Amino acid sequence: MTDNMPQFFQELFHLETSDCLTFLFYFIGAFILVNIASVIGGLATYAERKISADMQLRIGPNRVGPYGLLQFLADGAKMLMKENIMPLMADRFLFNIAPMLCLVGIFATLAVLPISGNLTLAHLDVGVFYVVAISSLVGLGIFLGGYASNSKWSLLGGMRGASQIISYEIPVVISILSIVLLSGGTSFKTIVHHQGGLPHEWFVLHNPFTFIAFIVYFIGSLAEANRAPFDLPEAESELVSGYHTEYTGMKFAFFALAEYVEVFVLCGVGATLFLGGFNVPFGLDTFLSKTPFPLLAEVVQLGAFFTKTFALYYLVIVIRWTLPRLRVDQLMSLCWKYLTPIALFNLIGTAIWMVYFHDQSIVEIIKAAGSHAGGGH
Amino acid sequence: MENPQVLADSSQGLSVFMPILILMVLGVVIFWGAVLVAGLIRPSKPSKLKQTAYECGELPVGQAWSHFNIRFYVTGLIFIIFDVESALMFPAASVFKKLNSIGLGGLALIEILLFVMILVAGIAYCWSKGDLDWVKSLSSKEK
Repeated sequence: MTDNMPQFFQELFHLETSDCLTFLFYFIGAFILVNIASVIGGLATYAERKISADMQLRIGPNRVGPYGLLQFLADGAKMLMKENIMPLMADRFLFNIAPMLCLVGIFATLAVLPISGNLTLAHLDVGVFYVVAISSLVGLGIFLGGYASNSKWSLLGGMRGASQIISYEIPVVISILSIVLLSGGTSFKTIVHHQGGLPHEWFVLHNPFTFIAFIVYFIGSLAEANRAPFDLPEAESELVSGYHTEYTGMKFAFFALAEYVEVFVLCGVGATLFLGGFNVPFGLDTFLSKTPFPLLAEVVQLGAFFTKTFALYYLVIVIRWTLPRLRVDQLMSLCWKYLTPIALFNLIGTAIWMVYFHDQSIVEIIKAAGSHAGGGH
Repeated sequence: MENPQVLADSSQGLSVFMPILILMVLGVVIFWGAVLVAGLIRPSKPSKLKQTAYECGELPVGQAWSHFNIRFYVTGLIFIIFDVESALMFPAASVFKKLNSIGLGGLALIEILLFVMILVAGIAYCWSKGDLDWVKSLSSKEK
């Protein structure tokens, strides 16, 4: 497995390494990735409306394109033609910069999202740590958007968003730490390498503590992405529209896009950390990489990654249309009085498990016990 | 990877951060590009009433930038402590597996345990003081 995407293509096409070429590959890769992420974000809005329609026995969007699939393009064109209204009393600079911060923070995490072994733009050594750090920019954007609007609804939404996002970062990060313990590295490549294609080789079923850690991570990332039941910063029934009350047109569209792409990124990180990432069952990818078409292996890995990610995304959407919204005090007590202690307990539990059982997963222990018992006869 | 003596076995140059810089610049360009392109085709008829802050149809009373009770101020402080804790835990967590494989796992576990326990004591103190509650209860003080 190569370190980054340009290296892979240079080896594949037997090109000479040069800085210019590396930059070109990075640029094309980044451009394609941004476009794919935006389309995924757009299709997610469509999926959200269609799935909610299914759950409520409605039809949902079905006019634009086949099955209404192009609805998000129509929405984008509509947003493009909306008047740009900014309150006179708003802080003009911060008002303009807030949606950009959200977008930049989310686009920057895409670079390390391990979509496949070689097509990932950069396998940073500090992968997970970097994702946690840079996605804080989104929280900053939300808070600034709420503050700069100089509207009371926005300010309340922004304050809620800030306190919610920073609070839920703690259980999420501590859950991630127990995976870092197991894999012995913060790089996504290392984390994926220590898992396998089949469910019993995934970290989520490694031991009981990681299973709980997955649930804590999932709840925490729902709250970090402001998804229902934690959509308090934009609770439309109490705060009009929360931190983006005053935003219109493209700026609002970018807030929405950043939110949907963030859910995708968080689902992708969750799938990588706990559900085996781009590992393909039965070593199909290593087999394909030795055939004359090594790109096929990447395609299979992409399939594995996106299947897991979209399965999680589906779950996120279903949860949104199933559970009622929490109250603010319930939200905070859930984070600090339940999730954080549970996550700390998981961290210690995982460490003790590793020392006591010498890194073995629960399945390996059962297998060893079985073969030991069988060998006795 | 197999040699347990080498704890830091890889290093990356700054060039791996290039795609991140490209993506960030792309984000800025796409944002301003879309906003400016929209400026060419969207209507612009500003009026004073339209540009007031939304307050459910009423004229806004005063500014939003006023004094109000920021809940969870203490929670923000606890967050900083825990955030630093998790940042400090990442190096310890990433070498734990290697230490475990050469038989030093117990020692590392005790160190992690010590570090986490101090923080657990901190959050327990905040909890008992009522700083994690929405309304800081006076009853916990009276006890």
